[in-house]
Amino acid sequence: MSHIQISALDMIYPGKTAAQTVQALKGIDLQIEAGEFVALLGPSGCGKSTLLNLIAGFEQPSAGALLVNGEPISRPGPERGVVFQEAALMPWLNVWDNVVFGPRVQGMKPADYEPRAEEMLRLVGLSEFRNHLPVQLSGGMRQRVGIARVLTLGSKVLLMDEPFGALDAQTRLTMQELLLKVWQQLKPTILFITHDIDEALFLADKVHVMSARPGRIQQQFSVPLARPRAIEVTTSDSFNAMKREILHCIRH
Amino acid sequence: MLARRLGLGVVLPLLILLIWQWGGSQPDMAGVLPTPLAVLHAWERWMFGSAGMGLNPYLGTWFSNVEYSAMRVGQGFVLAALIAVPLGLLIGWSRIMSSLFDPMIQGLRPIPITAWLPFSIALFGIRDLGSIFLIFLGGFYAIVVNTTQGARDVDRNLVRAALMMGASRLQLLWRVVLPAAMPSIFTGLRIGLGIAWTAVIVSEMVAVKSGLGYVLWDAYYVGRMDIVIADMVSIGLMGYLSDRIIVLVEQRVLNWRRLQSH
Repeated sequence: MSHIQISALDMIYPGKTAAQTVQALKGIDLQIEAGEFVALLGPSGCGKSTLLNLIAGFEQPSAGALLVNGEPISRPGPERGVVFQEAALMPWLNVWDNVVFGPRVQGMKPADYEPRAEEMLRLVGLSEFRNHLPVQLSGGMRQRVGIARVLTLGSKVLLMDEPFGALDAQTRLTMQELLLKVWQQLKPTILFITHDIDEALFLADKVHVMSARPGRIQQQFSVPLARPRAIEVTTSDSFNAMKREILHCIRH
Repeated sequence: MLARRLGLGVVLPLLILLIWQWGGSQPDMAGVLPTPLAVLHAWERWMFGSAGMGLNPYLGTWFSNVEYSAMRVGQGFVLAALIAVPLGLLIGWSRIMSSLFDPMIQGLRPIPITAWLPFSIALFGIRDLGSIFLIFLGGFYAIVVNTTQGARDVDRNLVRAALMMGASRLQLLWRVVLPAAMPSIFTGLRIGLGIAWTAVIVSEMVAVKSGLGYVLWDAYYVGRMDIVIADMVSIGLMGYLSDRIIVLVEQRVLNWRRLQSH
């Protein structure tokens, strides 16, 4: 059984008139295996964030089935950690308090979550910054807090909504390498949303290409690149061949 | 730079004081406009003068009158904050609470607090309670409206992030909505406190027999314009000082926000 199973999923935002009604997603079928790294690639407005919000439980689908571990999703929960585009850290809490927010609201004992939180902060390289406020951090560092936060939750599924989209090219690359390292080490199931073909190919095992209006999955590609991947892979022939294929798919 | 700005800032007040001193010393102005120096003198005696037989109400009674007014403002304002902040959070957060309370609050709010004066005297008599009721009312609207707005404007992704991490509805209110609404709450508190001082002066003129508002009206009736002006300045001073107190608390509570604007 797949970790995430989506079948015949529709999402419609009703409007006052037929013209105002938006079909955001139509007939989505998607299977994601446990420990798989899947990228969802598409232009803005194609409904990829909507799909992520549905899996996260922030919204309810209009039709179709959406199962995680064989269970239907009714609301958000710590087993599905979300990394937001703009980090969405509590601006009044310092790095540490943001990272342990989840275990605290769940009423866990400090002894049960503090070692793990420390370890995750170390993994993303922010041990030195635990007392900083989000506003004192760079965009890349804020995203790393966002990642440490869901890792501390112990989420088996990571839902990432263009998490590196707002970062500069240099930082973005560092973050991609960091994410690969984290994934290699902890093997969560990752659904990663992006509109950047290079990013999708560098990170993912499978790339699902979406098209807009109505949002649907147009085609899926398995990425044949060996792991662990280093940045050099992005200039290899097989990478470029794959990229050409996806570009072709998007253009049509 | 700062010295120059400060220097420039005192030019106009000094000019006004000079004109005032000159105008106040004109014979036509006697009994209408006392000079700044005369006001200062009367104020000094109002503060530190010996009450003697207690026949002159403007000797040595300043501190007790300031205390009366400040106590009323304090009581009415704290009561308003204690009720308006939680209520505003709930109205901003819950659709049911919003439908329940919002129409009533928005319906009553256009009635100026001064219009409540006769009603409050009829209800509470010439007593402290009438004054405190008006102060409460004035502070309440400002605080509840701003708190509601703050709770409504909470970043949706912060709420989603908290839910994703397993927060309950109550934890969401306490750990996300309240801190996120804090800047608006403080805006409401500051506006509310200003209105509270307006309310205390108006109500003391009519509904009680002590405090800066009472003295203001009383001194006008007996033609003591020096006390009227000293009283006005005192009210301004108290309003300013109490606002500074809130700003100090705000800076402590909203430390994270101060860094943000840098």
